Amino acid sequence: MNYVFDGSYQGFLCCVFECFEMKEWHAVPVVEGLFQPDIFLPERTIFTDVDKAQRIQNGLKSKFGKLIVDDIYRAFLSEDPLAWQAAYYIMVRLFQGQTDVLENFGDTQVLYFHQTLKKVSRERHRMKAFIRFSKSNDGLYYAIIEPDFNVLPLILSFFRNRYADMPWIIYDVKRKYGFYYDTVAVSEIEIDTTEQKNLQSSSLTIALDERDELFKRLWKQYFKSTNIEARRNIKLHVQHVPKRYWKYLVEKQR
Amino acid sequence: MNVLERIEEKLMILADAAKYDVSCSSSGSKRKNTGGIGDASSSGICHTYTEDGRCVSLLKILLTNHCIYDCAFCVSRKSNDVKRAAFTVEEVVDLTMNFYRRNYIEGLFLSSGIFKNADFTMERLLRIVKKLRLEERYNGYIHLKTIPGASEELIQEAGLYVDRMSINLEMPTEAGLKLVAPEKSHDAVRKPLHFVNTKIQTFQNEKKLIKHTPTFVPAGQSTQMVIGATPENDWEIMSVADEFYKKYQLKRVYYSGYIPINNTDANLPQIGTRPPLIRENRLYQTDWLLRFYNFSLNEILNPAFTQLDLDIDPKLGWALRNLHLFPVDINKADYQTIIRVPGIGRGSAMKIVSARKYGSLREYQLKKMGIAYNRAKHFITCADSVTHLGFKYAPQLKNIILQTGNSKYKQEIAENQLKLF
Repeated sequence: MNYVFDGSYQGFLCCVFECFEMKEWHAVPVVEGLFQPDIFLPERTIFTDVDKAQRIQNGLKSKFGKLIVDDIYRAFLSEDPLAWQAAYYIMVRLFQGQTDVLENFGDTQVLYFHQTLKKVSRERHRMKAFIRFSKSNDGLYYAIIEPDFNVLPLILSFFRNRYADMPWIIYDVKRKYGFYYDTVAVSEIEIDTTEQKNLQSSSLTIALDERDELFKRLWKQYFKSTNIEARRNIKLHVQHVPKRYWKYLVEKQR
Repeated sequence: MNVLERIEEKLMILADAAKYDVSCSSSGSKRKNTGGIGDASSSGICHTYTEDGRCVSLLKILLTNHCIYDCAFCVSRKSNDVKRAAFTVEEVVDLTMNFYRRNYIEGLFLSSGIFKNADFTMERLLRIVKKLRLEERYNGYIHLKTIPGASEELIQEAGLYVDRMSINLEMPTEAGLKLVAPEKSHDAVRKPLHFVNTKIQTFQNEKKLIKHTPTFVPAGQSTQMVIGATPENDWEIMSVADEFYKKYQLKRVYYSGYIPINNTDANLPQIGTRPPLIRENRLYQTDWLLRFYNFSLNEILNPAFTQLDLDIDPKLGWALRNLHLFPVDINKADYQTIIRVPGIGRGSAMKIVSARKYGSLREYQLKKMGIAYNRAKHFITCADSVTHLGFKYAPQLKNIILQTGNSKYKQEIAENQLKLF
């Protein structure tokens, strides 16, 4: 049995609900439009019901603790169908009473779940490190990102705590949404398509702070000066700072 | 020259002079943002990596490269003909804050050449730190060099504002240090390390009783030794490190392969000598084995075995000298035994110990868990291992591992001359 859900986190949790309601232990969650229909497998569309999703969420939290809720959500943010299946597999086992399923690293699904968590966590950490703010002339700091996984929700509290006294925007161009912090609260923003185009072609209409160029130049200078030529090791450099991130790194631009 | 170019030039000179201090970590502090800007991330964050592959986490600069000392290994030595510069207090603060707000850096690493005397220098460093903390309400990471010979009052006051303090040993042994820097001594390093360590302990004990005790150097202390400038062997180097870890509860000892700066001192390697990068790596590996793998120093290095192998890592080297302890049964051995197997790290060992509760582990499961199986397989048995036929002769086993592995150092190590005995 394939459960076809809409790709939302709530929809994903509803699949677990359906599984227990119908007692279909071999169902697999798949996303609408993103899977290859199988003529031998029946499929059912799962409608996203916020209440049902909430019940699953609460159940996970009260029975197995907040950490597991967070882990399931993180695995979901990987946007990897196989990781979703692993997370689904784990939730079903947990609710069936196999409370220590997460420790069984010999199980392929469990191992894959942990490996996904590690990947997502690495990307989250990279975003904390690689985000570069520019300052506009009205004092707003903004940054554009294109992370491998949808990690933006995972780094908000970090940036809110750290840059608490300045307004900032972090925008994910790949997923077309971002967050704005006005020194009081964080709110989600979306930019319409014309503005979107401007962002990508980097013909930014935002006027920069007069000293912003100066600090970019100083940062590039520092990056060059702190390098020890006799120890040159480009392979290691690229391993730590993969090329796909260079686009938004001040120090890697000419 | 306009202001802009002037500050760019200063940054160039003073970042260049500070880069031989390899300490880069921004971890270990939990400083919170208390109504200003910035906090410390306890795991530390590397914001970028230079082309030599080293992490850039802090804005690492000298306040000035004017120095009254003439240490032969140092770029900023008095007699060296380099351009001199000095930042003002305001310049350092402005740079730090603007880099920090753009998320370029995790904090400030501030060091300095000694001008006039130790107290004068320390006092100037303290002024920068206080301005950041009190006026800019900055709560990010600060790593400050303790200036040997500065008064204890100044050091103690600085400790209240910074996250980490460090003083460099420079050369691993007193004799080596005297050779290149006659004006310096290890005692001048030990004294302030000891002083700060005692203070850290006092503050921590007080914190247990009174919640609102201020933090004092929350990320602890570190030191650095230059490797390959003077003729110490690995055993001597690691003995010093081991002693300092134990005596002063250091968080880190850094090993910095010496990079020749000038040809004026015949005692030092001359320009063009490649820095001993592999040796440096092996020392760090040993350091990790001591701190995280429960090895004691004399298991890895001792008077009879004073130099680490360059072609294999120290754990593999130890295992080859102690074949009687292997093979280890992955399904029965305890965690402490498993982490001693070459090719298995702490993360994989935890997974193994946790997973085997659900059934004996087999080869295909181990392979997936992220261990270096090609190396580890010679030292372990698992549920579906064929009977272990006993070990080959250690040098033979070493050759097999070297040939099947793809060490990044393979090409760099010259073929050793054949051993006759």
